Amino acid sequence: MKNLIKQRETWLALAILLVIVLVTLRFSRFSQPANLLTIFNDTSILMMLALGQMAVILTRSIDLSMASNLALTGMIVAMLNAAFPGVPIPLLLGLSVVIGAGLGAFNGVLVWKLNIPPIVVTLGTLTIFRGLVFVISGGAWVNAAQMSPDFIALQRGVFLGLPVLSWFAIVVAALFYVLMTRTPLGRSLYAIGVNPTASVYTGIDVGKTKFYAFVIAGAVAGLCGYLWISRYVIASTEVAGGYELTIIAACVIGGVSIAGGIGSVAGVLLGALFLGVINNALPVINISPFWQMAISGSAILLAVVLNARGEASKGRIILKKAEAA
Amino acid sequence: MTDISSTGRQLPDRLDNPLRSAVLSWESLLVLVAVAIFIANSFASPYFLNAWSLSDLTFNFTEKALIALAMALLIISGEIDLSVAAIISLASTLMGLALQYGADTPVLVAIGVGAGLLCGAFNGLLVTRLKLPSIVVTIGTMSLFRGISFIILGDQSFKGYPPSFAWFGQGYVFWVISFELVLFAFFAVLYWVLLHRTNFGRRVFAIGNNDVAAQFSGVRVDQIKFILFCLTGLMSGIAAVLLTARLGSTRPSIAEGWELEAITMVVLGGVSILGGAGSIIGVVLAALIMGLVTFGLGLLNVPGIVMSIFIGGLLIVVIALPILFRMWRQRA
Repeated sequence: MKNLIKQRETWLALAILLVIVLVTLRFSRFSQPANLLTIFNDTSILMMLALGQMAVILTRSIDLSMASNLALTGMIVAMLNAAFPGVPIPLLLGLSVVIGAGLGAFNGVLVWKLNIPPIVVTLGTLTIFRGLVFVISGGAWVNAAQMSPDFIALQRGVFLGLPVLSWFAIVVAALFYVLMTRTPLGRSLYAIGVNPTASVYTGIDVGKTKFYAFVIAGAVAGLCGYLWISRYVIASTEVAGGYELTIIAACVIGGVSIAGGIGSVAGVLLGALFLGVINNALPVINISPFWQMAISGSAILLAVVLNARGEASKGRIILKKAEAA
Repeated sequence: MTDISSTGRQLPDRLDNPLRSAVLSWESLLVLVAVAIFIANSFASPYFLNAWSLSDLTFNFTEKALIALAMALLIISGEIDLSVAAIISLASTLMGLALQYGADTPVLVAIGVGAGLLCGAFNGLLVTRLKLPSIVVTIGTMSLFRGISFIILGDQSFKGYPPSFAWFGQGYVFWVISFELVLFAFFAVLYWVLLHRTNFGRRVFAIGNNDVAAQFSGVRVDQIKFILFCLTGLMSGIAAVLLTARLGSTRPSIAEGWELEAITMVVLGGVSILGGAGSIIGVVLAALIMGLVTFGLGLLNVPGIVMSIFIGGLLIVVIALPILFRMWRQRA
């Protein structure tokens, strides 16, 4: 099974390479390291969000409210910065994680304590969080002039040749790798997705684990709220509108099964990178950006067909092993 | 019977005393909510209690509710379609494209409805033939369908629909009764009969409760699911005709976010998102409630984005309240 997952990731990596090679044929500077690093940096936020989403999807849940959480947390942090420019940025950064985690915990409690299906809960909070952005801001924007220079500069700094934003993605990815492969919580997330009933018998608190998954996704969304606002230097009600589905798309392309229990950090990173490479490649080869949506839609459909094949063959292998035993 | 329900799966509520369950049913709760909001509206705004105001109110929900009717059946069968708003966008764009080539009203309507049907069939084929999860398939086709609209239209828009076409979205059949409302009433009755009074409807419930058992009982699960996807696409096509006719123009971003509103109506209407339970009357009431809330708040000059807080809150509260009530009763 591990080999199969590896194969899918290799396949995805090859697909990304193929796109890069094809675009380079038309435009030789595309594959220069500097440009590839730019693409990585551009995709950093999507990678982090998709990792958070993966934690939720693994447990057979879904979080549709991540983009709204991002917008709300981003707006709160931006307004705080505009009102009190003296507040140190690391504090705001920590605050964004806490606010995001709090919003995620709200989703999580409804799923855990009231047993409401996650899609219903997060459908509700998707609109509630987005509406709250409008309420607290009064529909006004927070723009570059109102933000303090440090607020904008932090993620643009360069450390060891990489922008700080890229480092955020790398650190978050490393944390997720440890969480998913080296901790009891990570194992529980997979276990619940594979078989919730068996998980209960092995002593896993299914509801509580789902709650943690939502808190993790919320914390990531909150962090990305600050990063998004300081990157695009505008906080408004429309920030990241509709982005929740792009996040899920990155997961699906990365091989995360919507039925839960299957997915890897590397796969999700590649899934996000695939979308990032496509988005960066289109303008370079003179394809109108209006093609972007249809292409990512086709990529999702293709990925889900391939995912389904992978999952089906996994089932057969288990049967073969059972017969052999 | 109580022994079974305490050891195994919970038995459905309708095995209770029929009178008691009718009083305590989801639908009567929705009626109460609707009446309360109606009364609150009439106190809140002097412009509310007026035949034309009430007529305008119906335009707030009829198009989405048409989709919600078919979506209810789809969700009861255990599937979902997130691409409905994108289907509206594609169908509307294709109608606009046909208009550029001089198509007249009947052709426009046929193209809109036909495009919806084909999109639904495409979803249905992917889900039933390739055995893919519908939530992912329709997230994909959602981007694909709307993406095609963006490819065709870019940042442009189609305008200049003929007056005879505009009638579908703006016309009145009799006094304040709009064509949209009549059409919605017609389809509401049709879907009620289909779901609650035919073998087909019974099979939809059976599939939603246990599709493997349904399959072994001789129900053609894939065929029925395919039909349900086609119906949802068809209703989206009809909604596209009405919306395009009402707005008089097509942009690729038309009907953005409607998939979530249609699903909210269905869930608010008491349809279980896990499949297997629900009623058309509930969905119609939920559509009415959402129309009342948005229109009433609109009369009070509340911005649309703030209304969405109420809709989202309503969704969670209405689902959570009965659960909290049950927990409280079990503890007592």
